[in-house]
Amino acid sequence: MTVRVQTEDFDMGAEILKLRQGNAGIGAIASFVGLVRDLHENSAITEMVLEHYPGMTEKALTEIVEEAKRRWNLINALVIHRVGTLRPTDQIVLVVTCCAHRHDAFASCEFIMDYLKTRAPFWKKEQTAKGTHWVDARESDETAVQRWAAISTN
Amino acid sequence: MITLLYFARLRESFGLASEQAELPAQVTDVGSLTEWLRQRGGVWQEELAPGKPVRVAVNQDMADLATIVRDKDEIAFFPPVTGG
Repeated sequence: MTVRVQTEDFDMGAEILKLRQGNAGIGAIASFVGLVRDLHENSAITEMVLEHYPGMTEKALTEIVEEAKRRWNLINALVIHRVGTLRPTDQIVLVVTCCAHRHDAFASCEFIMDYLKTRAPFWKKEQTAKGTHWVDARESDETAVQRWAAISTN
Repeated sequence: MITLLYFARLRESFGLASEQAELPAQVTDVGSLTEWLRQRGGVWQEELAPGKPVRVAVNQDMADLATIVRDKDEIAFFPPVTGG
């Protein structure tokens, strides 16, 4: 299980290969990549800056992955989240889950993303033609994470 | 001494990323610490007003108003998170 917060870009293919190499028990891998879009509430975004809380962010991500491990048969997992200045089309976040079967891989990948969106200390500040603004948290993200409390893992 | 950290919009509003303070006698938990900071007035009162969506972490764990604050603690104030 690995979590990384970094300014550098990542190569999903290379990361997945590293994660699964030599483990013949892995039969299913799910991945999610989040990208910077060029629009936010009808304003064109020129760039965004991602800030985090060094120490707590890594700790929160580790706890989220550990919780996923308690709920599903997770053989290996990786979370990479970028910080610093990013532009539209740039990659922001990568989540990879390695399991024996697809159900555990899909579910744990979505679970990690939903928790990351609402529990991991990252903040986005967007730059548009009108100036800069901090992005507001979305209620739909909170709704997404709360449904996991009601879902049985089997 | 306690360490106070501010992130994102709060850091910009306060013009401050971190500070050290002697733990005031009346501060026992996150609620009383927030009240103590609010008494600085101006942007502090505004940003930390009751009902404002401010999150607090004590020693890098999410906290609420009732979480105990002790000497040497690291307490962070920030807006709801928006990563991913």
